[in-house]
Amino acid sequence: MYKILEAKKLAENIYLMNVEAPRVAKHCEPGQFVIVKIDEKGERVPLTICDYDAEAGTVTIVFQTVGASTKRMADLKAGDSFRDFTGPLGCPSEFVNEDIEELKKKNILFIGGGVGAAPVYPQVKWMKQHGIDVDVIVGSKTKDMLILEDEMKAVSGNYYPCTDDGSYGHSGMVTTKLEQLVKEEGKKYDLCVAIGPMIMMKFACLMTKDLGIPTIVSMNPIMVDGTGMCGACRLHVGDEIKFACVDGPEFDGHLVNFDEAMKRQAMYKTEEGRALLKLQEGDTHHGGCGHCGGDN
Amino acid sequence: MADMLKRVPVREQDPKERAKNFEEVCYGYNLEEAMEEAARCLNCKNAKCIEGCPVSINIPGFISKVKEGDIEGAYQVIGESSALPAICGRVCPQESQCECKCIRGIKGDPVSIGKLERFVADYALENDIKPKKAEKTNGHKVAVIGSGPSGLTCAGDLAKLGYEVTVFEALHELGGVLVYGIPEFRLPKEKVVKKEIEKVRELGVKFETNVVIGKSTTIDQLIEEEDFEAVFIGSGAGLPMFMGIPGETANGVFSANEYLTRSNLMKAFDDSYDTPIVAGKKVAVVGGGNVAMDAARTALRLGAEVHIVYRRSEAELPARVEEVHHAKEEGVIFDLLRNPKEILVDDNGWVKGMKVIKMELGEPDESGRRRPVEVAGSEYEIEVDTVIMSLGTSPNPLIASTTNGLETNKKKCIVADEENGQTSKAYVFAGGDAVTGAATVILAMGAGKAGAKGIHELLSAK
Repeated sequence: MYKILEAKKLAENIYLMNVEAPRVAKHCEPGQFVIVKIDEKGERVPLTICDYDAEAGTVTIVFQTVGASTKRMADLKAGDSFRDFTGPLGCPSEFVNEDIEELKKKNILFIGGGVGAAPVYPQVKWMKQHGIDVDVIVGSKTKDMLILEDEMKAVSGNYYPCTDDGSYGHSGMVTTKLEQLVKEEGKKYDLCVAIGPMIMMKFACLMTKDLGIPTIVSMNPIMVDGTGMCGACRLHVGDEIKFACVDGPEFDGHLVNFDEAMKRQAMYKTEEGRALLKLQEGDTHHGGCGHCGGDN
Repeated sequence: MADMLKRVPVREQDPKERAKNFEEVCYGYNLEEAMEEAARCLNCKNAKCIEGCPVSINIPGFISKVKEGDIEGAYQVIGESSALPAICGRVCPQESQCECKCIRGIKGDPVSIGKLERFVADYALENDIKPKKAEKTNGHKVAVIGSGPSGLTCAGDLAKLGYEVTVFEALHELGGVLVYGIPEFRLPKEKVVKKEIEKVRELGVKFETNVVIGKSTTIDQLIEEEDFEAVFIGSGAGLPMFMGIPGETANGVFSANEYLTRSNLMKAFDDSYDTPIVAGKKVAVVGGGNVAMDAARTALRLGAEVHIVYRRSEAELPARVEEVHHAKEEGVIFDLLRNPKEILVDDNGWVKGMKVIKMELGEPDESGRRRPVEVAGSEYEIEVDTVIMSLGTSPNPLIASTTNGLETNKKKCIVADEENGQTSKAYVFAGGDAVTGAATVILAMGAGKAGAKGIHELLSAK
């Protein structure tokens, strides 16, 4: 069992938990993820690593409630435990193996969309710890949905918040902010790392391709084991089929087939909707959603 | 008087009934049936059946105990050679191992060795008969990577010799292919696999789940930081292969590993578990091995019409005869001498059909099987909504790529000595599918035994 030491709500539907998992904490590097399973009957859910402390033996995860499993997870409190907590999984970001002096010469931009700000955070923090100031654009629907702002500000060079509704920071999408920085303020970037919903990563990549900026994305397809044994997370990168859990999750964004990946992500929509309804309505759930026919 | 040339038949669930549930197909023998079947054994002095068993169980020895009705005695005889008899009695291909060497088989049916082993093991599970434990530990620490058949066997053998053994498993349940691969209807998880693993735990073996070697820690760190004196790698061959044909990333295309993991390990067939599965209405399973049969029979139980699409003919099917027979009885349709060329995808990204080509058999290839050749111009389309690729698996490169000095061959298999499991790296041993590529449960157990022997020879000489 893996004990939850801290659990807090960061924004509507977004939660942060600090979990005791010494073996995982000791080996974490930026870019990696974990798989958690609440209890005996739970499913294996891949989650972002937001922070880690090897000495304290803790790993911080951030997740958004999108279906039955994450809703159930959000109900857990400090003192509760996850039955299973596996990781760190996937490959670390490529830059952790690069020469620091070479990295320092580069202008690097990070883009985080929605809950994607959480996986961006340990990467930006790593940069700061190695003496590299990077630009960070973080986008959300509205001011209340913006997460980890103080933490992110503390480790970024320039920090640019954006809200879709203009309630805070730049009014508009992360992509329009990027365009503005490059075209109007004359910023030059040698590398961009974009993490968020697939649709955001797709449009960020279309923009950076236009602007000629090499871009890394972190893919979040459906996963089961997360160790390379099933291929549920496979996607096309250029002409090749890759397993996001072992070959990634980070890939060259200009080579990823986002349209296919988004279709695959929706594969279990009906089943997920059914599970969520069953959870929300409990014993009163007798269909009516038009899809599931109640508990049959 | 019973006909001594014929084996005592084993009771099975009715095919029409069982095609709709996940209960075990074969009920096994009862005491009376087991003793009657045991009486057919000629108790050969120079028993050929033992040679056919990869772990050399004293077969006439345990059967003669069954004859006398001493089932506990029979269990201890098997226990000298095998840690997992309830599993092997169920899933070993006995027709090509112990039973094919049985003298009775020359003129009549061979003795049902597998069913007798299963009976003895089930009796031991039900009556809580414990295996013999080491009297005291010898202080040597050994790490075993993977809790599949090779790892469990190696751990069990070493624990019996007094070693302090810790097994590291990447998944959240113990058993490897026994829990995620082989379905409930062939190998019950609660009733058999869990209890059999508990017996290994009772020998003093420690288990740590959710540890992915190469990620959560490495073999080098286990040796340098956690003081393990030797390591046995039994990490299996879990990496699925795909065909590389168009449409393979469409929704509704699964590797057999994914489909079976969802159903077996995550219990997706049971609504009270959270993991979903796409049942499919018309399913094509591509391949002809045991895994293909397992996937096909699973899809059938989830309510689909199921076709096995295999490029050779029935005679070349690599699956066990019993499994093919069971699949047919349950209504799986065999489309033989057919090979997929393309998966057809609708506008929403879902499978809508498959283009297949007819095949014919040409000259034998290196494996001795006749090579399938495409019949030019014979392509046609079939309508399916789900495709399960069961083309085999290869070892996951993760362990080899994170362990300094561990040699692998061109198929990514770890190179290890067959006799004692020694790899190219000192104090590191390996066996099972990680070394041979996908093979059988009993061969993996044999390799686990060899590894335990190799480790014991090395550490006891220290």
